[in-house]
Amino acid sequence: MIIDHPLLGPRDAAEFVYLGDASLIDRPDWQDEDAARQFHDYLHVRDNPAGEHRELWFHEHGDRSWLVVTRNTLTHEIIRVELARDVALSLGRGR
Amino acid sequence: MRYSALQILKEGLTGNRGWKPVWREPDPKPHYDVVVVGGGGHGIATAYYLTAVHGLTDVAVLEKSWLGSGNVGRNTTIIRSNYLLSGNEPFYELSMRLWEGLEQEINYNAMVSQRGIINLYHTDPQRDAAVRRGNAMILAGAGAVLLDREALRRQCPFLDFDNERFPIKGGLWQPRGGTVRHDAVVWGYARAADRRGVDVIQHCEVTGFDIRDGVCRGVETTRGAIAANKVAVCVAGSSSRVMALAGLRLPIESHVLQACVTEGLKPAIPGVITFGAGHFYVSQSDKGGLVFGGDIDGYNTYAQRGNLPTVEDVCEGGMALMPMIGRARVLRMWGGVVDMSMDGSPFIDRTPVTGLYFSGGWCYGGFKAAPAGGYCLAHLLATGTSHPVAAAMRLDRFASGAVIDEKGMGAQPNLH
Repeated sequence: MIIDHPLLGPRDAAEFVYLGDASLIDRPDWQDEDAARQFHDYLHVRDNPAGEHRELWFHEHGDRSWLVVTRNTLTHEIIRVELARDVALSLGRGR
Repeated sequence: MRYSALQILKEGLTGNRGWKPVWREPDPKPHYDVVVVGGGGHGIATAYYLTAVHGLTDVAVLEKSWLGSGNVGRNTTIIRSNYLLSGNEPFYELSMRLWEGLEQEINYNAMVSQRGIINLYHTDPQRDAAVRRGNAMILAGAGAVLLDREALRRQCPFLDFDNERFPIKGGLWQPRGGTVRHDAVVWGYARAADRRGVDVIQHCEVTGFDIRDGVCRGVETTRGAIAANKVAVCVAGSSSRVMALAGLRLPIESHVLQACVTEGLKPAIPGVITFGAGHFYVSQSDKGGLVFGGDIDGYNTYAQRGNLPTVEDVCEGGMALMPMIGRARVLRMWGGVVDMSMDGSPFIDRTPVTGLYFSGGWCYGGFKAAPAGGYCLAHLLATGTSHPVAAAMRLDRFASGAVIDEKGMGAQPNLH
């Protein structure tokens, strides 16, 4: 698989480390009333879709940036690549 | 028809005209006592043990494709019970005992071959871990032998004992481990279940569940609705997809595990050898091919095929372990989609939906577990209580904290 890095251009997926579903960006608030349940779901439960999947890849053998890759889990086709930083900021997770 | 040497002789003398189809091809009935979704090793074994142990005969197995088309025909055929934790080891030892009696019980040659499995160690701490694991195995009745360097060299003189990176110091040997002809397992169980009245229905895909007021009353399929008192889902690899039809999210990610086989070679490798430090394990099939694999590719996929960097890594591991295989040519390679659970251990449990039962999360160890997986799920379906050896394999264990962290890595690829 070739990941089209937004800053560096096309890179071999072997340069990256995979983390999983991009929902991991959206960490629950520990002060919420049902924080225990939210953290259980956040840590352990996954949608695991067959089809389009947004997921986190870390460019370990490159510029060490985190990417959000939208990829089809049935065909391995990569549809979109974004910097995770931009995705997190758009979710309002910046300080 | 009972298979026997006498039967072969008789059929051979009479032109082989008496052989019958191995199982019927029944149409689905409108209602069953138990419907098992998934005709893989676990599903078909569940149906068999429901009839053979618990006397239930109003049972159907629904398979979306043909029997043996899924992971039961895509693995590397290894059986073993070399686990450590009390939530796991008695279960896998039950499975090993069922393997040992399987062919006589179901009257089918599954080519169960107890040629032994050796896990290599390379350092003092790994040796300590092997001793501990071996003791746990001995306590569970599985048996284990710690091989030092010289004892291992007598069995496997071809290993690169003085490898610079991972010098081989010895191995943990389970002489009862081995290999099984994998598709014969599902055929044999299907034949035995069919003979006891189970409807094995191929090309019947489940498209939904009939759930009313939190109770599962049946399934919708490509061949019409089928009502059932109990529904058991055994579709590891696709568990998240199927259980999503019942509105459930699981602590599972689907990953691909690749395997390769070389052209047939003369007998060289006595049993199964695993080189965990190098992401490589190997055995030699009865046809002579070296069957080998390594670790999961490490990204979510349902594609039943992986990518080449992983194959390269596995082959490098093989070359580091036994340089003699360098001239062997890979004949085929393939991938199987596995349920990676979050602690690396399986589930055999009820679900929040009454009447809906689940077996899955088998990670890369589902094949060897099929007899006990079926046995324990049948026990749960028939008696309403978990079998003692599967009592820890609960679906809610991440909420309760009672995880079975055999290797402490689960689906997390960067921990492999």
